[in-house]
Amino acid sequence: MASIGTVFEAEGLVDHEFPMVPDGGNRRYRIRWGRGLILLLAGAYFLIPIYAALKFSLQNIDGKFSLSPITAIPSQPGLGAAFFLSVRLAIVTMVITMLLMVPTVIYVHLKMPRFRRVMEVVTILPIVIPPIVLILGVLHAAPLWLKSSPYLLSLVYVILAMPFVYRSLDSGLGALDVKTLVEASRSLGAGWIATIWRVLVPNLRAAILSATVLTVALVLGEFTMASLDLWETLPVWIVDFDQTNAHISTAVAMLSLIGTWVLLTLIISLDRPRSGKLRRNRTS
Amino acid sequence: MTIDTHETAERTATATSSAGVSVVLDSLVRHFGSTKALDGFSLDIAPGEFVALLGPSGCGKTTALRVLAGFEQPDSGQVLVKGSDVSKVPAQRRDMGMVFQSYSLFPNMDARDNVAFGLQLRRQRSSARRTRAAELLELVGLGEHASKYPHQLSGGQQQRVALARALAIEPQVLLLDEPLSALDAKVRAELRDQIRALQQRLAITTVFVTHDQEEALSMADRVCVMNRGCAEQVATPSVLYAQPSTAFVAEFVGVSSRVNVVRGVDGVGLFGQTAKIRGDAASIASGELDALLRPEDVVATVAPDGLGIVNHRSFLGATTRIEVGFGGAAIKVDVRSGDADHFELGTRVDLALLARDVLVTERRPEQ
Repeated sequence: MASIGTVFEAEGLVDHEFPMVPDGGNRRYRIRWGRGLILLLAGAYFLIPIYAALKFSLQNIDGKFSLSPITAIPSQPGLGAAFFLSVRLAIVTMVITMLLMVPTVIYVHLKMPRFRRVMEVVTILPIVIPPIVLILGVLHAAPLWLKSSPYLLSLVYVILAMPFVYRSLDSGLGALDVKTLVEASRSLGAGWIATIWRVLVPNLRAAILSATVLTVALVLGEFTMASLDLWETLPVWIVDFDQTNAHISTAVAMLSLIGTWVLLTLIISLDRPRSGKLRRNRTS
Repeated sequence: MTIDTHETAERTATATSSAGVSVVLDSLVRHFGSTKALDGFSLDIAPGEFVALLGPSGCGKTTALRVLAGFEQPDSGQVLVKGSDVSKVPAQRRDMGMVFQSYSLFPNMDARDNVAFGLQLRRQRSSARRTRAAELLELVGLGEHASKYPHQLSGGQQQRVALARALAIEPQVLLLDEPLSALDAKVRAELRDQIRALQQRLAITTVFVTHDQEEALSMADRVCVMNRGCAEQVATPSVLYAQPSTAFVAEFVGVSSRVNVVRGVDGVGLFGQTAKIRGDAASIASGELDALLRPEDVVATVAPDGLGIVNHRSFLGATTRIEVGFGGAAIKVDVRSGDADHFELGTRVDLALLARDVLVTERRPEQ
């Protein structure tokens, strides 16, 4: 009975025939209706649009289900290029973000702890500044050679990802005694690069992975900036193609959603071997 | 919990070729904003000596250690190791092993890798690293825990691994920044003895920061009592306790009672007796004075017409400390616990001085 799950709690009765808990106390099981309802509503909120999109993409005009919109996807013009552009942008954004943010957040933690509040405010700006203002500002300020490159978008995405990445790294560092770890490492002869690379980064693995997941998800789903900068990334392609064939474009959107989930699962699973090792050690 | 065999220690001692260098901290000054953490602090440490920096919070002891380690730069003054000025040398090139107050093991590495970390940075071969790490873990009595991660070790074990890690790099100087303060009393006492034994075997110059006088007095060859960024007194534990040079030292180290005294020709009058003034009597002003008395310097006897009244009693084991109200002063006196029943609260007692001389200082203004 104890494994009945989150909806059931050992606080009362589901019905009066349920056995008493092993300690013989008066606590009995019951369904937590409030909690179940919230879970149901949240599930419906997320799943109904996905279901609707899936149904729309796979249902033809006669109301019959068909996989033809999915099988037709590979042959659609421009899709491959848009997909690989999005992936390239995601990788470049991820690399720039990590190279920029990991040392910055470590530096702020170590040398300017009072500046953390300022950083929190600064990093939230990309959320409060409207995308149109941001991209127009960037396009105005960027040199010509950069304007003609899609990687200008990566620089913009670095800014967009900053609120999520900063918070993820900040909480990761907050869980460590960074000052002591750094000083211990330095007293043993490690310079700054060795200290960051061999001591801090391995201990920030979860935070860095989480920041990476958020960055990749953001880049793969971003439409406004790419559209305003006139680059056909995957989301832009989906919107454009929607005017030609809404069924196929919705099917691509669904596949893109599933693809993003798979990618994120893969990234998260990179952390598994070490966790497994730790678990084995714990039990030894 | 026992630390290793002598054999391992001897081998390690032989390997620690750089053991026993002299350290000089010369007129160090360090400000943090408007706070003066070090105010011309100087200290000479002989090769292989174990010196404890003892003092209350904010006295500058940790800053002094951090300046020596290279984590803080002094505003002025010099740090000399083996005669060379290392003030400008960054921490990672100073060859100083350090054990920190908080647990500082790298969470992503097991005990062996933690100990081998410094050796890896020195590009030692993998097999040599592993052998040395195993040797040092054996030395601190944790040979069988080599593959455990920090979260699988107790606090005491973590600090012993940290000690092994600090020793692995064969440091010129070993720095201990309150390494025992996070541990419970029993483990602390054990580890205290083990660190001292290890330091003596390896003959490595060691600086130990603590606010715990018992630790400092029981472990160190010499203790430097610090106050307001300066060294108040640097002496062996016995001298420090028996002959404190200042009122601050007398009150900080051990237990002292302040009592008003009157200066006479040969010394000061106290309990109807005359006691010599300890140290340089000529330097003591002739105004109103206080004497600082250790509990064992005074003897109390029950007397119905005595001038003192027992106000407080605390059982300490073999002895019981009574506090006697005497002319406005509260004087602590140690009596044998077997005799403590005679000193009920409110009992009138006479006090007499056992010591031939007393430490005298200017009278502290009434609080």
